[in-house]
Amino acid sequence: MKVLVPVKRVIDYNVKVRVKADQSGVDLANVKMSMNPFDEIAVEQAIRLKEAGQVEEIIVVSVGVTKSQETLRNALAMGADRAILVEATDNVENDIEPLAVAKILKAIVDEEQPGLVLMGKQAIDNDMNATGQMLSALMGWPQATFASKIEMEGDSAKVTREVDGGLQVISVKTPCVMTVDLRLNEPRYASLPNIMKAKKKPMETKTPADYGVDVAHRLTIEKVEEPPARKAGVIVGSVEELVEKLKTEAGVL
Amino acid sequence: MAVLLLAEHDNETLNDATAKTVTAAQAMGGDIHILCAGSDCGAVAAQAAKLDGVAKVLCAKDAAYGHDLAEPLADLIISLAGDYDHIVAPATTNGKNVIPRVAALLDCMVISDISAVHGPDTFERPIYAGNAMATVKSADPKKCITVRGASFDAAGEGGSAAVEEIGAVANPGLSEWVEDKVVESDRPELTSAKRIISGGRGMGSKENFEIIEKVADKIGAAVGASRAAVDSGYAPNDYQVGQTGKVVAPELYIAVGISGAIQHLAGMKDSKVIVAINKDEEAPIFQVADYGLVADLFDAVPKLDAAL
Repeated sequence: MKVLVPVKRVIDYNVKVRVKADQSGVDLANVKMSMNPFDEIAVEQAIRLKEAGQVEEIIVVSVGVTKSQETLRNALAMGADRAILVEATDNVENDIEPLAVAKILKAIVDEEQPGLVLMGKQAIDNDMNATGQMLSALMGWPQATFASKIEMEGDSAKVTREVDGGLQVISVKTPCVMTVDLRLNEPRYASLPNIMKAKKKPMETKTPADYGVDVAHRLTIEKVEEPPARKAGVIVGSVEELVEKLKTEAGVL
Repeated sequence: MAVLLLAEHDNETLNDATAKTVTAAQAMGGDIHILCAGSDCGAVAAQAAKLDGVAKVLCAKDAAYGHDLAEPLADLIISLAGDYDHIVAPATTNGKNVIPRVAALLDCMVISDISAVHGPDTFERPIYAGNAMATVKSADPKKCITVRGASFDAAGEGGSAAVEEIGAVANPGLSEWVEDKVVESDRPELTSAKRIISGGRGMGSKENFEIIEKVADKIGAAVGASRAAVDSGYAPNDYQVGQTGKVVAPELYIAVGISGAIQHLAGMKDSKVIVAINKDEEAPIFQVADYGLVADLFDAVPKLDAAL
């Protein structure tokens, strides 16, 4: 079985986000970029399935700017076998929408025929939490979102999902789309020899036009602002003072 | 112009998130029809019919809808979608699971987790873990939306809408429910609790969480945790408050031993009153707290327990 893992190049999760003064978006110039953390977990899971003999080949794909090839090389260094870069824009601030990404991924799935698509539950830039569900819909496949445990069982898979109030276990037929949550695994670091080897692994470059997909936005960003700041309150001297203030001043006890 | 609103429920009780989503839907314009889909959701439909501003409740009872599986639920919504301009659901794990699937089937871009409605096609939503707020305008003929409950007040309960039973659509049979592992607790659920006390990495161990659980039980609060505490194994994942966990807005939020990482603040900064107890006076949590107490939590929390 082949597994397809879409990965996104996003602002590194440790970088403090700055909103641009003209309110057009977030400043991405000269900012450290990395693989979306949820996508790293998906890559790791694919590698573990391969190590367990349940997967033969791992294909990673990224839709974005030319530099997304760094993200793909990182996935190859972790252990993926080959990569497809879909150059959809030359502007790092043009975030290709999940619907367009899902359409490109559908075309790739039709070509490659993977038995499983493993992906992050959301990208930490637009926080849309949508691409996996959308790809699943376009394919007419089952979806297992927010996975914290995956057990492959022949032509189906048992997936434990993180839902409000606890966990839900479902069984999905393959092929299917799974989106992964934080606690599924801890991604490995790529070793230096593997980073060197990854440079020789195959990477194809495509464009949305190759797949007949229009990446024009359906949502226009009218403005991006700083969230309203909360003003700092007071420091109290003791537990007694705290309880007193909560009772009388704030009226919440 | 009409809004189809997917109810969040457990087949017995309508979740509070539904009433909050009704408030958001009222700002979109048009009649609001609530869809209750479940294995036996008649009681839920009756509760939904009482919400202010609801014109009609559609009730689809079928075993296929009993466990919120995305594929049959999306197909049901699609069968109704022709009559609606807006298809909305609370941004719960169910809403986030099914609405993007519906959007793709309608060839529309989903608008997730909105925090304000500026018009029928213009919405505000947090991006970058709540570090920026984006206002977006949709050009799609239908708007598929999930609504952040913490940003809206719940609609009142003075209505009496008609309940209409509707039939199920064919189940594509792509997935099956196996089991739920729900944590049984007498404490209120995090997302609807009026009071929350959360512990962070400073708690030091799973056992130490007991001291905040005692306070929680005394004041009828839910217990939460930061991602650091969850990652360290001190608390289960469904306790997690933050951008990757639950977004809450209680009347009182007490953060104990939580430094205040951006991702945690994104999940609780809409709380009415925030209290921070931390021994590090430089901790960023104090920048958002209404009341800060610089103290060792193992000294302060038992004192708090005694003082309440």
